Amino acid sequence: MTALTVAGLTLREAARRRVVWALLVLTVVLLALSGWGFSKLVGLDTDLGTMTSGEARLVASLLLNLIMFGFSLIAAIGTAFLAGPTVAGEVESGQALSILARPVRRSSVLFGKWLGLVAFGCGYVVLAGLAQILVVRTVVGYWPPAPARGLALLAAETIVLLTLALLLSSVVSTMASGIIAVGLFGATWVAGVVGGIGGALGNEGVERVGTVSRVILPTDGLWRGAMNAFQDPIALVQMGPGEGGFPFLSESPLTLAYLAWAVLWIAVVWGLTAVSFQRRDV
Amino acid sequence: MASADAATVRGVIPETELAGLPPSAAVWCSGLRKRYGRQTAVDDVSFAVARGEVLGLLGPNGAGKTSVIKMLLGLVRPDGGEVLLLGRRSSDPRSRRAVGYLPELFRYQPWLTAAEVLDLHVKLSRVDVPAAERRECLALVGLADRAGDRVGGFSKGMQQRLGLAVALVARPELVVLDEPTSALDPLGRVDVRDLVLSLKSRGVAVLLNSHLIGEVERVCDRVVILDKGRVAASGTLAELLGQREVRLRLGTADGRAEDRLRAAGALTRSGDWFTVQLDADDDGVTVPDLVRDLVGLGVRVHAVEPVRISLEERLLAVLRHEEPSHQEVGR
Repeated sequence: MTALTVAGLTLREAARRRVVWALLVLTVVLLALSGWGFSKLVGLDTDLGTMTSGEARLVASLLLNLIMFGFSLIAAIGTAFLAGPTVAGEVESGQALSILARPVRRSSVLFGKWLGLVAFGCGYVVLAGLAQILVVRTVVGYWPPAPARGLALLAAETIVLLTLALLLSSVVSTMASGIIAVGLFGATWVAGVVGGIGGALGNEGVERVGTVSRVILPTDGLWRGAMNAFQDPIALVQMGPGEGGFPFLSESPLTLAYLAWAVLWIAVVWGLTAVSFQRRDV
Repeated sequence: MASADAATVRGVIPETELAGLPPSAAVWCSGLRKRYGRQTAVDDVSFAVARGEVLGLLGPNGAGKTSVIKMLLGLVRPDGGEVLLLGRRSSDPRSRRAVGYLPELFRYQPWLTAAEVLDLHVKLSRVDVPAAERRECLALVGLADRAGDRVGGFSKGMQQRLGLAVALVARPELVVLDEPTSALDPLGRVDVRDLVLSLKSRGVAVLLNSHLIGEVERVCDRVVILDKGRVAASGTLAELLGQREVRLRLGTADGRAEDRLRAAGALTRSGDWFTVQLDADDDGVTVPDLVRDLVGLGVRVHAVEPVRISLEERLLAVLRHEEPSHQEVGR
């Protein structure tokens, strides 16, 4: 009950603070630009001649991943900066005092905030992602092999990052929590790309950088799983060996073990946040 | 403090067996301690607020008043000590079911309207308060016509008034007010005073932390003075302020007049000024009767001045260590 009330409050905050409107405008601009860009792909004259529809589908598949990455980045930054003020900001401003003096458990309040952020972040990623997939289908005729799985993994990536932002928000200041969360998200992605290059070059040491970073923070691993669900399977064959170095193609789908690890990671980080928030003087 | 409460703390008597007992104190705390790093903020603070009683918490800045209040409400974890709120351990969120709180740092969701803030707190309190009663609550603090306005546009004084409404909306049995008039104009302060008196008349216990000693003196039944994290003095106002005195300037006072003065209380004389100590529980007729009798004895009464130490003087005396460091007056 408390959790649902707080979740509703969190969603209302996002709506009233015009976060929703800002995201909506940004997304519509991105969708319109991508639709225009994709329309130029078909029949594009290159140095090698006119692009065939098959080639156009391949490029569309790559570009779809690129744009999806853009959405995941927007969702990541959005939720991280929404999660930051959630605990640290409300404690600093004094807003938390009157709420926590009510007959509520702090873990319920925290769960409500998490739930609200999950609904907001996942809702955004799924709706914006679906809109983008439809735009690509309308313009180029490309439909990804597993759109639902891809969108679900994008949503999971958002959940991982906002859970991390919530933990940081319970131990450091508002601004710092957002910056650290987004910084770690970016660093993990770069580490994933570095690992991919290592794999393409056959350097195990460099490849391990990506593997380790994907375990420490599962955002990049989930993102690679999402890419795999969006991309044209022929793309990998056409790109040939060494595609691992390319940041917008993913070699293989996610394993169940990795998904289980991501779920466990979320649970552990959430638990740490709850313990930290429970012990915090407000 | 009832021994039953102490037993509850130790877990000797199950709470179900306490159901038939009279209501426990609104607040009971014992041996509260809190350190922030090397700094001791609160050291061995114990006191109780009875049901329907108004207790004033006084002390200089940094005395630990807000830390004590936050520990009572479970907002700050004490390093030691026990707290019971309305008969329940403060570690149990249900202990705060009928508690209203206006924090010193009052801030409410700026994107909500005043009415929505109250709705939120009613929901969190799990009390069924009809919409009309919520509106009445806003009207009580003078915000009836701002119910639909966003809190972000409120002045500090209006936000503090909203904070009062939040503290009162869920039918509290205990209201904790931490500096409730810090942002209010003189009219607002009078409103708060009337509000506290109205709560008292309805049997709601109030814990009031205020720098405005005059206000505390007007509305509080008892006072706890904190200094450097410890209880420096506590007691009812009459106990804290001691015996009242009356000074009289008399002309032609003879032996019979002095005997009459002594009958009213201990007498000291300085020239034609006579000072009579009155009992703390004086019912207010001693002085008029004394004046009537003196006039009857042919004494010319030039002046009658009540002498009463103010709470402010007493507080300053305690804080300047002109009094014994710790005393529980008359309890």
